[in-house]
Amino acid sequence: MSGRAIGDVILDVRDISLSFGGVNALTDVSFDVREHEVRAIIGPNGAGKSSMLNCINGVYQPQKGSISLRGETFRHMNSRQVAEMGVARTFQSLALFKGMSVLDNIMTGRNLKMTTNLFQQAIRWGAAEREETTQRIAVERIIDFLEIQPYRHTQVGRLPYGLQKRVDLGRALAMEPQILLLDEPMAGMNVEEKQDMSRFILDVNDEFGTTIVLIEHDMSVVMDISDRVVVLDYGKKIGDGAPAEVRSNPDVVAAYLGTDH
Amino acid sequence: MAFFLETLLGGLMVGMLYSLVALGFVLIFKASGVFNFAQGVMVLFAALAMARFAGWLPVWLGFESKWLANTLAFLVAALIMIALAWFIERLVLGKLVNQDGITLLMATLGISYFLEGIGQTAFGSDIYPIDVGMPKDPAFILEGVFPGGLLISREDLYAALVAAALVALLSLFFQKTATGRALRAVADDHQAAQSIGIPLGRIWVIVWSVAGIVALVAGVIWGSKLGVQFSLSLVALKALPVVILGGLTSVPGAIIGGLIIGVGEKLSEIYIGPYFGGGIEIWFAYVLALCFLLVRPQGLFGEKIIDRV
Repeated sequence: MSGRAIGDVILDVRDISLSFGGVNALTDVSFDVREHEVRAIIGPNGAGKSSMLNCINGVYQPQKGSISLRGETFRHMNSRQVAEMGVARTFQSLALFKGMSVLDNIMTGRNLKMTTNLFQQAIRWGAAEREETTQRIAVERIIDFLEIQPYRHTQVGRLPYGLQKRVDLGRALAMEPQILLLDEPMAGMNVEEKQDMSRFILDVNDEFGTTIVLIEHDMSVVMDISDRVVVLDYGKKIGDGAPAEVRSNPDVVAAYLGTDH
Repeated sequence: MAFFLETLLGGLMVGMLYSLVALGFVLIFKASGVFNFAQGVMVLFAALAMARFAGWLPVWLGFESKWLANTLAFLVAALIMIALAWFIERLVLGKLVNQDGITLLMATLGISYFLEGIGQTAFGSDIYPIDVGMPKDPAFILEGVFPGGLLISREDLYAALVAAALVALLSLFFQKTATGRALRAVADDHQAAQSIGIPLGRIWVIVWSVAGIVALVAGVIWGSKLGVQFSLSLVALKALPVVILGGLTSVPGAIIGGLIIGVGEKLSEIYIGPYFGGGIEIWFAYVLALCFLLVRPQGLFGEKIIDRV
């Protein structure tokens, strides 16, 4: 496929259990993600995919289990700390800054890269001015990469859905993450948009070497672009392996198609 | 004609002062989606701090200069407002991340009662003057154009200029700096802002500090006009129709809204008032806001919310 070499385990999820009140969203789920790979988490609606992603992202605190990032184990992290550790994410239901332009949305993704303080910015001190320029260059590269040049100054809320999804990806990319979590990047898209998005995901993985964890319930899309796939159903892991392996796993087929009992 | 212009100018200047108070609401709403019920009391609290320290500092430190006393008192009051912002974030808002707007609104209601109590306990509940050397005597302008010229209040004019400068600075800050951009991001979506590493707590401290300092400036200006007393907190009520008119999310909206209310009040009092037996200045702003709500609920410059169905 490409020059990227899949490396060691970078993210290790061990025995995660998460429940809301009496509802078990996840039960003892374990899997690992290797550096530079595209790892998919699939499963029918309500399987616990988004809950899993939110645990990794620090939005939910699992009741049981541990998550290790580059060998460092943590149990209680908030989203911001996770972001500081080089993990970016996109959202299933768009969570863009709707009132802001495409450019500003992606610029916010550079926030952690900015080092000048409030007072320097307020008086536009030399360093703040230079910083704005260097960050802008990085952002322009992302805009080119995602082919959204014509919409640079458009307010995000006015863009069609498929493009908004791209801006969401762009904002995450602006963080130059080591791990990118994608929450149903292709949900609600038509075939053409799905193909575009698949291409962007593969390019990101290929060009920047970014490790990608992606959630999807449409099995067909995932099989083509991922290296390994985890299958969840009712909060439990029912399959894990290469796409071909998973596809022929009888439990997975049953979960997706239903079985006659 | 001269009389009309006089009224118009008077209205514009008072309007600018309404804008200043409205700006406090807009800043906090933009950055945290909270309608800050405590804004009015913050104006009172800041003005009380300023008025009292301006009286105390010369005694404690043994100097006479009025100018020095005012400057120091202003700085002390600003520091108090910043400390207050930090406490509010630590003790109240930080615990309520991702909660509903109504929960946060109730929290600010609590803050307003707390500030009202602590302010009057610490600083006293009499009427205190603030004297920052605003000229009290009126001036005449355009004497060549109109016979006798136009009478304007110099105090209102200076106040309006200060307010306009502050508003311009804040607009630049919001639109042109990285921190301003982060503030707008937090306003749109807490969760997404956190996921890209924007520190919510720090942003809130900044925004409440800025709103606190805006409240302080508004408090000093209104305080030097009316004296610092409890009723100063009610000035905020005048800012409500302004934000309804201008839109809760727009800084320019707060200004235009303030000007419309200011001018509307004065002109209506003069030209419509006599038909109702006068005194309509008090309620005219609210009726105007009510009519506006029927036509443009998001305000003149507010973001129109379009949901995809």
